[in-house]
Amino acid sequence: MTMIQTQPQEPTLRESRNTSEDAVTFVTRDVTVHYGAKKALDNVSLDINKNDVTALIGPSGCGKSTYLRCLNRMNDIIPGCRVSGRILLDGEDVYAKSMDVVHLRARVGMVFQKPNPFPKSIYENVAYGPRIHGIARDRAHLDGIVFTSLEKAGLLGEVKDRLHEPGTSLSGGQQQRLCIARAIAVQPEVILMDEPCSALDPIATAKIEELMDELRINYSIVIVTHSMQQAARVSQRTSFFHLGVIVETGETEQIFTNPIDRRTQDYITGRFG
Amino acid sequence: MSVTILIATLLVLTAIGFWLGRARAVATASGGAGRLNSLPGYYGYYVAIWCGLPALLLVLLWLAIEPQVIRALVVHSLPASARDLDPARLGLLLNDVRNLATGGFVAGSVDAGVQAAAERYALLKAIGLAAMTVAALALAIAGLTYARRRIRPDFRARARVEATVRIALIACSAVAIITTVGIVLSLIFEAGRFFARISPIEFLLGLEWSPQIALRADQVGAAGLFGAVPLFVGTLLISVIAMCVAMPVGLLAAIYTAEYAHPRARAIIKPILEILAGVPTVVYGFFAALTVAPFFRNLGEGVGLQISSESALAAGIVMGVMIIPFVSSLSDDIITAVPQSMREGSYGLGGTQSETIRKVILPAALPGIVGGFLLAISRAIGETMIVVMAAGLAANLTANPLDAVTTVTVQVVTLLVGDQEFDSPKTLAAFALGLVLFCVTLVLNVIALHVVNRYREQYE
Repeated sequence: MTMIQTQPQEPTLRESRNTSEDAVTFVTRDVTVHYGAKKALDNVSLDINKNDVTALIGPSGCGKSTYLRCLNRMNDIIPGCRVSGRILLDGEDVYAKSMDVVHLRARVGMVFQKPNPFPKSIYENVAYGPRIHGIARDRAHLDGIVFTSLEKAGLLGEVKDRLHEPGTSLSGGQQQRLCIARAIAVQPEVILMDEPCSALDPIATAKIEELMDELRINYSIVIVTHSMQQAARVSQRTSFFHLGVIVETGETEQIFTNPIDRRTQDYITGRFG
Repeated sequence: MSVTILIATLLVLTAIGFWLGRARAVATASGGAGRLNSLPGYYGYYVAIWCGLPALLLVLLWLAIEPQVIRALVVHSLPASARDLDPARLGLLLNDVRNLATGGFVAGSVDAGVQAAAERYALLKAIGLAAMTVAALALAIAGLTYARRRIRPDFRARARVEATVRIALIACSAVAIITTVGIVLSLIFEAGRFFARISPIEFLLGLEWSPQIALRADQVGAAGLFGAVPLFVGTLLISVIAMCVAMPVGLLAAIYTAEYAHPRARAIIKPILEILAGVPTVVYGFFAALTVAPFFRNLGEGVGLQISSESALAAGIVMGVMIIPFVSSLSDDIITAVPQSMREGSYGLGGTQSETIRKVILPAALPGIVGGFLLAISRAIGETMIVVMAAGLAANLTANPLDAVTTVTVQVVTLLVGDQEFDSPKTLAAFALGLVLFCVTLVLNVIALHVVNRYREQYE
């Protein structure tokens, strides 16, 4: 595709361009989403850098989850949802007719707000993705994938003696790490996390945040969060969403110490939201 | 004064009681005695309850007991020769007495003793009614006065009324339970009488069913054999055929409506499926007997198979069609109840819709679906009309679906239809069969509900 060579369009004014030479995973331009007659996102443009944690913050209903779900086309399963604009993953149009959603979602994994392990064993939960994508050559290879994924999700030590117990028997934090292991098992490029810690206690949250920092070495991560502290702790770049538009995007440090827009400042200092 | 008028009077008194109680509560409150503890209406209800409830209960109790008392008194007054009659004859005689007293027809001539008894009966009846009227009205007025006296602003009428409502609700639910217990007890006692004549082992393990009992020594085909195994096998055979139709079709229909169908299509398809459940079983019955069974017979002739025109196959298939909406609607509810997060989890990993359903949704919903199947089986086993019309009466011990078989329910119907004496093993056998049927469906329902509940706990 020729898109790879073309420079991304000029960033919008609000978007203070990252100065480092990071490669870009997702390029999104003028993304607009309607749920029926209601406009949920209005002309959002944003770049997601490779091997960064990008945090999307903003008050409830501002469109940050909607934006996240555009990236792996999870909005497809919502009736009455229409997406327009361009979303490019490594230069490939995510919404092109030729794009196979199954492959897209293998490349862009997702972790949800509430841990949602399948009603299967821990092993089968992790093996689910490799099985449906036919990744494993044989049983030994599959075992290897499952172990590595659990290892990377920092869960192997806790579960290696009970791989065949149901995934639902784990604690909430362990379940969420199981879901992360499940996402890693299909070897994605990007992991989308939709408020992954909102149902967890502080200790489990700390573990997941630590994990995100390790995972960033191999994957790009986009995280939606309501916790400003979490965004500040884990992310390199932050976008502030408000009423369906991006108010401000920048390096996390700059957003939290020296925001350009008044609304960003009001939000991060807790004046609204 | 007849009982109807008495009850109407009591209701009027109750209404007056409500009004008086309410008025008094308002009056005491405005008389400066302080704020009412409850709304004025509660004081009204309190008085009404005291006025109406005891009196109505008295009337009910009286009506239940009076006939026995009068009967005993009348029998006591009969001449000694009549008192020594056997119970059945005595019953007939008392019937005469009652008819004579109420001016009805009496068979044959009336002797003086019966005439006297009839007069006595009429007199006792009149006294009883008068006594009951007086007692009930007195009780109502006494209750009204008592309750009205107790009204003070600090009297907690609301608590009393709520307690009464609670008791009334408990009584209503007790009716359902007591009825069930009554039915079960009557089944057990009648079945017990049957098993006193035919051994349970012969009944449960015998291979031949021929419940006619010979009236003459040389009668043909009336062996009086009560081996119920052919009936159990027939029931099982038809149920299995029915489930073979209902399970796949119902489940797949449920998967379509729950997962694939557009909301608009679902809004049309689900009600149509549920209309199937509203078709009276008798209609399915003649559909089976007049359309499906001849179709299979002709089909069989075409390929050189002997298919009886009353075949287990026809009855089973039609019964399966009848159960489809049952299975599909239960399964649909259970599939829809699987949390959306399971689907998202699978889609998020790149699962296609059919992979998601096969590998995530169905395993998650399986316990509930199995519970639904068990409930459907217990319906199939208890279903009567279709098999009466389409399965036949021949108690063949066969596993061949092309033969005529008979089921437990069909035999219960044929044993009890028409003029029957109620103490022959033939009619009593119906109760034994009913008991077996009841036990089987009870066990199936208990297991099914247990399975469904366990599944529900998992996701709430």
